[in-house]
Order: sequence, then C-alpha cells, then structure tokens
Amino acid sequence: MVIKTEPFVVNIGPAHPSTHGVFRMRTTLDGEVIVDMEPVFGYLHRGIEKLAEERTYTGCIPLTDRLDYLASMSNNLAYCLAVEKLAGIPVPERAEYIRVIMAELQRIASHLIAVGSFLNDCGAFMTPILYMIREREKILDLFEMVCGQRLTYNYMRVGGVSQDIPDEFLPALDKFLKEMPGWIDEYDRLLKENEILLARSKGVGILPRELAVNTSASGPVFRASGVKWDIRRADPYSIYDRFEFDIPTGSVGDCYDRYRVRIEEMQQSLRILKQAMEQLPKGEVRSDVPHLIRPPVGEAYGHIEAPKGELGFYLVSDNSIAPYRFHVRAPTLINLTALRDMMVGWKVADLIIIFGSIDICMGEVDR
Amino acid sequence: MTMAALPPDWPGGFWLHWGVFVVVIFVFVMATIMGFIWFERRAMAIMQARLGPNRAGPFGVLQPVADGIKVMLKEDIVPAKGDKVVHWLAPVVAFVPALMIFAVVPFQGGAILADLNIGILYIVAISSVTTVGVFMAGWASNNKYSLLGAMRQVASVVSYEIPVVLSIVGVVLLAGSLSMQQIVMAQDIPFILLQPLGFLLFFIGALAEINRAPFDLMEADSEIVAGFHTEYSGMKFALFYLVEYGEALAISAIVTTLFLGGWRGPLLLPWLWFLIKVILVFFVIVWIRTTVPRIRIDQLMALAWKFLFPLALINLIITAVEILVWPAGSLWVLVPINIAVMIVLVLLWSRFFKLGWGKVEV
Repeated sequence: MVIKTEPFVVNIGPAHPSTHGVFRMRTTLDGEVIVDMEPVFGYLHRGIEKLAEERTYTGCIPLTDRLDYLASMSNNLAYCLAVEKLAGIPVPERAEYIRVIMAELQRIASHLIAVGSFLNDCGAFMTPILYMIREREKILDLFEMVCGQRLTYNYMRVGGVSQDIPDEFLPALDKFLKEMPGWIDEYDRLLKENEILLARSKGVGILPRELAVNTSASGPVFRASGVKWDIRRADPYSIYDRFEFDIPTGSVGDCYDRYRVRIEEMQQSLRILKQAMEQLPKGEVRSDVPHLIRPPVGEAYGHIEAPKGELGFYLVSDNSIAPYRFHVRAPTLINLTALRDMMVGWKVADLIIIFGSIDICMGEVDR
Repeated sequence: MTMAALPPDWPGGFWLHWGVFVVVIFVFVMATIMGFIWFERRAMAIMQARLGPNRAGPFGVLQPVADGIKVMLKEDIVPAKGDKVVHWLAPVVAFVPALMIFAVVPFQGGAILADLNIGILYIVAISSVTTVGVFMAGWASNNKYSLLGAMRQVASVVSYEIPVVLSIVGVVLLAGSLSMQQIVMAQDIPFILLQPLGFLLFFIGALAEINRAPFDLMEADSEIVAGFHTEYSGMKFALFYLVEYGEALAISAIVTTLFLGGWRGPLLLPWLWFLIKVILVFFVIVWIRTTVPRIRIDQLMALAWKFLFPLALINLIITAVEILVWPAGSLWVLVPINIAVMIVLVLLWSRFFKLGWGKVEV
C-alpha cells in the first residue's frame, strides 16, 4: 500500500521564538524536510532611510543606532565616516583611536550574542547565551562609562566623538582585556569539541564560495566560505592600517565554520584593542565642526567592517542641512539572500540553526 | 542487612492498604513534582550564572505554588477548528499513566501499592500510553507545529522503547524476577556495577522517552514553538507540565529501583535512601539538560537503531552467557569484566557510528 503524502506550508514567523525578531519564512515541508523556503521581509520597516532625509546630518546619528541595535557603535562609525568623506571633515588622532576601541568592543559584544543565540537555536537550553551575556554585560558597562548608554549609544559625532573617555575607562578596559581570553577559552572547552554540536552544525547549511561571492555576502558568513575579505584590510578606513591582526577564515562554509570564525574574530579584536590602548595619544577628541553641516553637492559612500558584514552608508548631498538621499547597505539583508540555497533539503531543525548562524538583526534588515 | 519485607496486607486489610497508598502516592508524586520544578529551576540557574526564582517564599520554594495558582486562574482556550473532545481528553490520557507507574515503585521494603509479580513489565506497558495522549493533543490542536511535535514524539517513543526494554531484560535476568521488590532484594551489588552498559543504554533511552534534553525534540522551543502543547493553556497546559515532571520523577524512581539498589543503603532510613537516589538521578537529568544542545530527528532515530539497539542486544547476550557459565560464583568478579566490556563496546561502536548528515535531495 502506498500512503499518499503531500507537502504542507508552514509559516515560520513572524512571531516565532527563533526568528530573531519579526522575520517570516514561508516554508514548504515534506514531513520534516524543507522543500521550498521563501523569506518575507518588512515586518519591522520603520522608514529610517526616509526619516533621515528630513533630519540634519548630526540628527541622523541616533537613527543609525536603531539599525543594528546590537552594534550601534559600528553603525555610528560607518555613518560618520560617510559624512566626513562627503564634507571633507578631518578627525583628530585621539578620536580615531577611541573609535577603533569602541568598534572592536562592539564587535566582541555582537559576536557574543551571535554565537550565544546560535547555540540557543541549536537547542542548548539557555546556558551558552547566558554565559555570553555575562561577558557582554562587562562591555556594556564600559560603554556606559563612556556615553551613559547601554544599547543605543549615539556616541560618535561627525569629526570625532561626543566626549572624551573618562579616567576610569582605561583601567577597566585593561581588566577586561586580561579576563576575556580566559572566557573565550571557556567557551571553547564547552563547545568546540561537543559531539552534538559538531553533528548538528558540521556540513549543515553550506554556502559555497562561488555563491557567497555572487550574492555579495560579507562579514563572518563570507569569510566562513573561505574568502579572505575584510574591509579593515581590503579598504582600510579610519586607522586600521596601523594594527596587526589576522583575518580568520573557514574552509567549508557551514554553520560550524561561521561559529568558529566569530570566536576567532573575537580573539583578533582583542589583539587590536590591546594595540589601540597602548598607542592611544593625547589631544582633542572632536574637530571644529559647525552645528549644521552643509556638505558640498556630491555623493559619498562610507563603509566599514561591521560585526555582521560590510555596513555602508551612501549619502547624496544637495548642499542643504539634510541628506538628499540616505541609503544603508545592510550586511544581513544581503547575507539573507542566499538563505534558500542553504536550506533546501535540510530539516526544520536545520532551518533554525542555518538562520541563526547568519546572525541577523531585524532592525537592520527591514530598516 | 535486615530486609524483612512487610506482609503484603500491611497495615491491615486490603482496602486500608489500598486507600492509604493511593493517598500517599498521590501526595508524594505531587509534592515531589513541585519540589522538582523548583529544584530544576534553581539548579539550572546556578549552572547558568543567574539567580532563578527567589521571590516567592525563602529561596523561591513557593514558586511552583504560585505558578499553580496562576495556571488555574488562566483562561482555557480551545482552538476554533480543533477537536474539542480530544483536546480536552488528551491531558488526562497523558497524565494518568504517569501517575499509575508509581503503583509498583517500592519506596521501601513492603511500602508499595501493589507488588505485582510483573512489575517492570507493567511499567513498560503503562508508560507508553502517555504517547497516545501526546498524539491526541497534537492532532486535536489543529496546529502544524503541534502535529510535527506529536509525530516526533511517536517516532521517538516507538524506536526507543526497544533498547529500553532490552536493557531492562538484562536486569531481569540477573534478578530472576519481574517484581520491583524482588529486583531490589536481589541487588546485594547495585546493578549499575553489574550492568553498566545496560544502565547507560537505559538512561539514554529513558531520556528520549520522557523527552528531556538532548532529546526534547517534541517540544523543541527553538524549532516548533512548544510542540504538541502549543495550543494549550490554563490547567490543561499545567497537566502536560505535570506529565513532563511526573515522567522525569518516574524515570528517576525506576533507575533507582533497577540499577541503584532502590531503598537499600547504610545508616539512613530506607525511604530516605530512596529519595536521595531519586533526587540524584534527577539532578543528572537536569545537568544534561543545561549542558548539551539538541539533536536532530534523523540523528535521534539513527542513535536508537544503530547505536542503542545493537548494543542492547549484545549486552543481553553477554549477561545471559555470564549467568549461564557463572551461576553460583561471586558476582563481584563480573563487575570489572562488565565495566571493561562496556568501555570496549562503546568505544568500538562510536568508531563506526557517527551522527551523520541529514541532507535530502529534493
């Protein structure tokens, strides 16, 4: 006897525990196997790009905080770089170093959440993410010292940063840099050789090198596919050409590689932080910038290696106080375009971890 | 050791015994489940570097009570297109067997509701009925997540029943009886030492049967929301919650009885030994839950059929041969042999067996 079966459609999301916000996957399942998957975006659309066109150049900075709210400092940095390029504003030496310190701390904080929630998606009941949140809290404490905020920092300004770092910041940062390698070792002890994690993530959700290039993926997802591409090296912005660090890459491009790349990037960030802290010069933290910036007519694209990939801001100026066009190249939106190719043929449980391994932030995807 | 079992009609007539023990078991199960809920949440909190419930009562011990009151006051929601009768019946069908298991669990010598001469067989039979309740819940909810969760539950229980039963047979061979009392009496050496492989297989299989991590696929909250009880609320949800912990308690009690020597132990009161061992086993279950990620459904099946099942068969054969060639000698000789056999077999099998990939061409 042949039992007639037919695929059925499950809407995973927009309200689902593992969609990291409000993302919807219209999934066609044959039993547990994914036959087809269609992502549906836009549930968190707030019109940030349009809102920004009504605001002054400085007034846009808080809006960028709300893009990838797990990495606000990086967003600030990318936007300020774009405006500085557009208006030709210099940045004092000390401010550049502070910016690098903040961006790298932010990268560690963001990767902690990425790895933690990836493991949560694997079904490790809350333990890894709580361990990683414990460390992230310490980074947030550092940020709070600097700007009084713990999530949306609004710290960087066009031509520098809003205020100098307080006296207690550097000792606290030093303490953090001494402690963090031990914690990363702890994660490795718990996770690196975990048989179930290996079985769940090795070979799952492979993003082949060619496909990764063709979809213009970036960030850890791209590097896990074996491409040595990091904007800090490929197109050095700020003062990244002064630091020594490696670009960790994966070999296969599966979920495990993405997880490993993130852990190794944290170690590299610690190296950069150490160098930046030692070289930190004295001086001004903000150049003389008029309150209302009127850049000359033209366009500029400022991009950085944000924790989740290449974050770019494309600005067009018509010599008024507000950008004529404000476009965000959100890394996670573009990384998500290869989602279907990674998922088809795998099971529901894999769908969740493949999605989790991309490390998305809906605030940035839908803007 | 004095092991004088109380007469079966203790403390008097049959009905008195029956009445007393029904009340005792019900109170014991409910109180222990409450305690376990609190214990699991606190223990997990400590392992996860957080505090856990600490508001209701000292150290939060009254948290399960507060949860119970909350859950009873909640609205009971039935999906509009669900099967209402089955939806109502499912928690009951799932809950009753979890309670019935304790009818044959000896709390101490003679302290047992019914010392059935087929005790362990009765447990095996009764415990699978819960699955029917779970599947009814998944079907009646008219929800795709629920159905997926229920299907996973049926698949895993059908597969894991076999290695679990086969590893129990080893114990039965050693004890020479199916009665839970007799099995405890036979354990001058705890069977965990004589049957280390059987214990391992039974424990893994039991974790899968009661759907605790890393085999908690049927309610995998990160994948299928809450599995079969996605559409349940109020007291009906609470019953499923009780089933989950009741089963964990039952498995702890069965492991204690079959492998850890039941109520037997030096110095302390017998029932206290029983309770300590049960809590210890439950702690291991909680510990595993906080430590490892979840495995996938095809890996779950592969583990049952390619790893547990052959090893359980081999274990059964080895035990039978040992009993045949060593009928009267000291069993202590077998302890190192069996531990060595376990280590060799597990290492050998894990070389051949890998939790594989699961990609399907579509």
